[in-house]
Amino acid sequence: MSENALSLKGLTKSFGPAKIIQGVDLDIKAGERHAIIGPNGAGKSTLFNLISGLYTPTSGSVKLRGEEIGGMAPFKINRKGLSRSFQVSNIFANMTVRENVRCGVLYSMGYGYSFLRNIGNLKEVSEKTAEILESVDLIDKANLPAVLLPYADQRTLEIAITIAGGADVILLDEPTAGMSHSETDRAVDLITKATEGKTLVIVEHDMGVVFNLADRISVLVYGEIIATGKPEEVRGDPKVREAYLGDEADGLDEGDAA
Amino acid sequence: MTDITQKYANLAPTTAQKFRQRVLPFLALAVVLAIIPMSGPSGTAYTLLNVMGINIVFALSYNMLLGRGGLLSFGHAVYFGLGGFAAVHAMDAIGSAESGFWANYPIFFLPVIGFAGGALAGAVIGWPSCKRAGTPFAMISLGIAELIAAAGLMFGSIFGGEEGVTGDRMVGHEVFGLSLGPTSEVYWFIAFWTFVGVAGMFAFTRTPLGKLSEATRDNPERVEFIGYNPTRVRYLVFIFAGAFAGLSGGMAAVNYEIFTPEALSLVPSGLVLLMAYIGGIRYFTGPILGAILLTYMQSMLSDFTEAWLLYLGLLFICIVMFAPGGLAGVLYGFTDALRAGKLGEVIGRWAGQAIGSALALFGMIILVEVAVHWSNGFGETFEPYGLHLTFGNPLTWVLIVVPVVAGIVILRRLANTEEGVIA
Ligand SMILES: Nc1ncnc2c1ncn2[C@@H]1O[C@H](COP(=O)(O)OP(=O)(O)O)[C@@H](O)[C@H]1O
Ligand SMILES: [Mg+2]
Repeated sequence: MSENALSLKGLTKSFGPAKIIQGVDLDIKAGERHAIIGPNGAGKSTLFNLISGLYTPTSGSVKLRGEEIGGMAPFKINRKGLSRSFQVSNIFANMTVRENVRCGVLYSMGYGYSFLRNIGNLKEVSEKTAEILESVDLIDKANLPAVLLPYADQRTLEIAITIAGGADVILLDEPTAGMSHSETDRAVDLITKATEGKTLVIVEHDMGVVFNLADRISVLVYGEIIATGKPEEVRGDPKVREAYLGDEADGLDEGDAA
Repeated sequence: MTDITQKYANLAPTTAQKFRQRVLPFLALAVVLAIIPMSGPSGTAYTLLNVMGINIVFALSYNMLLGRGGLLSFGHAVYFGLGGFAAVHAMDAIGSAESGFWANYPIFFLPVIGFAGGALAGAVIGWPSCKRAGTPFAMISLGIAELIAAAGLMFGSIFGGEEGVTGDRMVGHEVFGLSLGPTSEVYWFIAFWTFVGVAGMFAFTRTPLGKLSEATRDNPERVEFIGYNPTRVRYLVFIFAGAFAGLSGGMAAVNYEIFTPEALSLVPSGLVLLMAYIGGIRYFTGPILGAILLTYMQSMLSDFTEAWLLYLGLLFICIVMFAPGGLAGVLYGFTDALRAGKLGEVIGRWAGQAIGSALALFGMIILVEVAVHWSNGFGETFEPYGLHLTFGNPLTWVLIVVPVVAGIVILRRLANTEEGVIA
């Protein structure tokens, strides 16, 4: 039996009286690509915030490879090999693209808070940075200030920073939101490549992407997972079809076609 | 793999670029520091230059917090002062030691003691202060500055009460053949440590911690998700800022041979903020320019007029309102325009701005001088070029109101056309 990369048990989160996450149980196996779908406001980002340490769970447990990480500081969780991206691009706007990625690389290369080394002389850091930039196709824009990048490239940079530290559990929050069709296709390619052999949890609205990419899917509605399973199982689930009325049910069928 | 290695070689700046951007400026600094004495400066000039060196290092250390770390401190003189007191006490220990460590410690290296003292103070005080950023950090720094300044007056055995602690720099071993007696010899001491301080703080910006400091300033949330604890980053930066402030305190200890509790107070803390901001906190060189200008103003203007603090205030307000990039921002804007070949366009606007500012400044100077003369001398009057400018004299008011209004009108029109161009 392969080990669970992530395991959520009875996870809840309330903001005051509002119960946003109401008892989530979910096991994600090492190496699995797991998609989380659900309507806006269902609590998908909140779930990511609980797993990555931004929020402290109200109750329940979050385990990373069997170790409890619920409520741990984000930087500690990150050092354990779990990295996440943000739904709204969260980059270092004043730095160049290369510096952004380099910041993501530094800690994992063992340079922590070093103040005795010239960053330009750290060869393996520069190489790793170039390798990441190459893999996400941003190498030609490496010396541009991040703030000047077009929107889609900023989203890509967001992913690049997330994978830079070499974490083996990657959480991506709507990485393709707001991208055109061709941009989405490129982003999906790049995500597939960059997360090869890693555990991927992805929140995604584009059903085509979800059904292509995911080994398993969980459907989150009002802070509860109403279905988990292989794409074809989830698609046929009547509860899911009920939750996805109108347009989005068509979306499910589009996924069928894809 | 070689493929990638090649690409990364293309990414990094070339050796020529590195030389031009990182080595050349320091060669230039060293040359400038070395040739200044050849012009045969007077004693006063040496005194002024020595204070400039101290303030350059102090202002740069402040900018490690404000410009590079995004931390607004109202109490940075605490570290300057504590480093300085450590150095003065060490100076006394050197003077009275017969043998042992202090007997062999040259005065020339007192800034190292200041550095250690400042670092220690930063490590102790930074622990609680750096738990929070933003406004709480600023408020805590203010509270601590008050606290230490008050303690400075209370603990006479350490801080010497109001008279302070004095020392004698002409003791102990000489190094580099410097007796450190005359100010012209102190100059070499100051020049050496100014260079060390500037180079050290520049090198810091190139370390992983220095880069993370900028990342934490811009986006502390994201820093947490790439493995860094922003509190820890701020704390370490704070210690270094305290250490370099202490270094400048050690320079000051040798230069003045006295430290009083006033050095810990809010006044120098405010002044260093002004130096950094007026010079331009977004540029490494900004605080250097600010320190040079303000030291010069402080020494020259305060001979001319007692109102120099009023002028300083005016300058600060103008920078905040019209040139938030500070002196360095204006300077780099100029060289950028030069490079882009758009100098003609830009110069036209700047000439307008210069005329507008000069007019407004002229009126403000008259107002300030008339007011200061009147408030000082029980009705004394300001009499430039044989004019008799009293409060009752209509000419006074014409000379104040007309240029100020004209200047502001010009500046506003220029600001409007600039917006128009952008829109
Ligand atoms: N920090 C917070 N404080 C209060 N309410 C929050 C907070 N974060 C999220 N919420 C609420 O939780 C709900 C789920 O939000 P979110 O997780 O962003 O949804 P999703 O990502 O699925 O669209 C929303 O109603 C949102 O208003
Ligand atoms: Mg969301």
